[in-house]
Amino acid sequence: MSPARNLAEPAAPARPLLSVAGLGKSYGGRIGCADVSFDLWPGEVLGIVGESGSGKSTLLGCLAGQLAPDRGQVIFDTAEGPQDTLTMSEPQRRRLMRGDWAFVHQNPRDGLRMGVSASGNVGERLMAVGARHYGDIRAEAADWLGRVEIAADRIDDRPRQFSGGMQQRLQIARNLVTNPRLVFMDEPTGGLDVSVQARLLDLLRGLVRQMGLSAIIVTHDLAVVRLLADRLMVMKDGRVIEQGLTDQVLDDPQAAYTQLLVSSVLQV
Amino acid sequence: MSPGDSDSPYNFAYLDEDTKRMIRRAILKGVAVPGYQVPFASREMPMPYGWGTGGVQVTAACLVPEDRLKVIDQGADDTTNAVSIRKFFERTAGIATTETTTEASLIQTRHRIPETPLTEDQILVYQVPIPEPLRFLEPRETETRKMHALEDYGLMHVKLYEDIARHGAIATSYAYPVRVGDRYVMDPSPIPKFDNPKLSDNAALQLFGAGREQRIYALPPYTKVVSLDFEDHPFQATKAEHDCDLCGASDSYLDEVILDDRGGRMFVCSDTDFCTRRRAAGHVGCLGEPA
Repeated sequence: MSPARNLAEPAAPARPLLSVAGLGKSYGGRIGCADVSFDLWPGEVLGIVGESGSGKSTLLGCLAGQLAPDRGQVIFDTAEGPQDTLTMSEPQRRRLMRGDWAFVHQNPRDGLRMGVSASGNVGERLMAVGARHYGDIRAEAADWLGRVEIAADRIDDRPRQFSGGMQQRLQIARNLVTNPRLVFMDEPTGGLDVSVQARLLDLLRGLVRQMGLSAIIVTHDLAVVRLLADRLMVMKDGRVIEQGLTDQVLDDPQAAYTQLLVSSVLQV
Repeated sequence: MSPGDSDSPYNFAYLDEDTKRMIRRAILKGVAVPGYQVPFASREMPMPYGWGTGGVQVTAACLVPEDRLKVIDQGADDTTNAVSIRKFFERTAGIATTETTTEASLIQTRHRIPETPLTEDQILVYQVPIPEPLRFLEPRETETRKMHALEDYGLMHVKLYEDIARHGAIATSYAYPVRVGDRYVMDPSPIPKFDNPKLSDNAALQLFGAGREQRIYALPPYTKVVSLDFEDHPFQATKAEHDCDLCGASDSYLDEVILDDRGGRMFVCSDTDFCTRRRAAGHVGCLGEPA
């Protein structure tokens, strides 16, 4: 296990990890997202909130290379220096997706191989980047399953024998095993009940802090961003209407829509 | 009236010349890019899919009147599939046939490589049911093509990993995936993994035809072919731990034959020509009778 990057490393990164400028995508005449610009710095967690249909998932898809945007730039700080991920070659982008990036889907079925054992799922990314020693792959997989609190005796079970919360934790282990630098998460707690959500958030928060991960989290759940995100972007109708520090935006919302969003959270 | 004459009902080797030309182009491309699956316009053949329609088309495109054809099915020359295909080409091409590996200039095979080493003058044609080694791991053809193009082969090892995790060893015993010339991962057709080492550095030209899937691929002579494995679980060519009961050979691939319903069984060479010639040369196994 290579040591996780932690926050104690020499500080003051010289340039942002991800720099987005003027990103836009339309679906025919309809706007998916328009004119999105922001910088994400190493170790930072950015939350993107908004109601359904506000363009959050379109934006995430464009950033993660799953959708082709119509306009703009997405510059990622690769090992060879900053590069526009939209114009780079397909093999290069795939290498990023296998190593430096990770994508946690809302539905674990989209991110896991349901017919492959839990350890095989975790090991896939290792094998994709060239690991060829069965014992090492298995040890690494076991280590990661432990970190996401999956019991050692479930290591060879298939994901379809797991509960929803376990599947989501497995998906996280599978994504983080190669020590990615940037994690995209699309509604990571969607479809889970609240107590399972709380445990998952706790786990995620621990991993993000411990590994010094940068992450972009798309969600409609304000509690998730309150816990995880350093910075927040609020989207409506495909545009960013407000952004700032999470606490600032949630405690003192400026835009009318953000005020509505914050006030519509049920207090128990 | 022999096939090829102007008044014969068939063109030489059944297919028309334009079709053979199309298939030869695919074969040439396959030879130029070893292990790459070349699409081709597979024709209806007078036999069901799964009976060797791909192999038959490749054979038809390669045959010349001087050829001597051998057809084997799981190593045997005398099973239905082998006999029918041999007859088919006797009738439609009028070429000579043989059961002897060394005499054949073209060998069509289903799921075996002959035990006798092949030479540079021979062509080995395989019948392939499913040419895509990644098929059962990634069902989307658009995606597997991309994976081949980008050498994105991590998934292939996931299959082997699962084997070890479940069975303690790589349990895949046939259609064992190989990497050709450090580039393409290829399905060697369902040959037993015992035959995998013979794929590599073989003197003969090896052609693979998949009729239903409409793919042709090839291994030119002396191509490096490596069976995939893990560092701590290396590839092993396996066979039944026994000698042939008819000819006594200890180094050939064996079929198990059930003799009665009281557990009686015998092991015989799957390559019938190899076994016959050994017996003719005086080798006798423990259940065999001297020739």
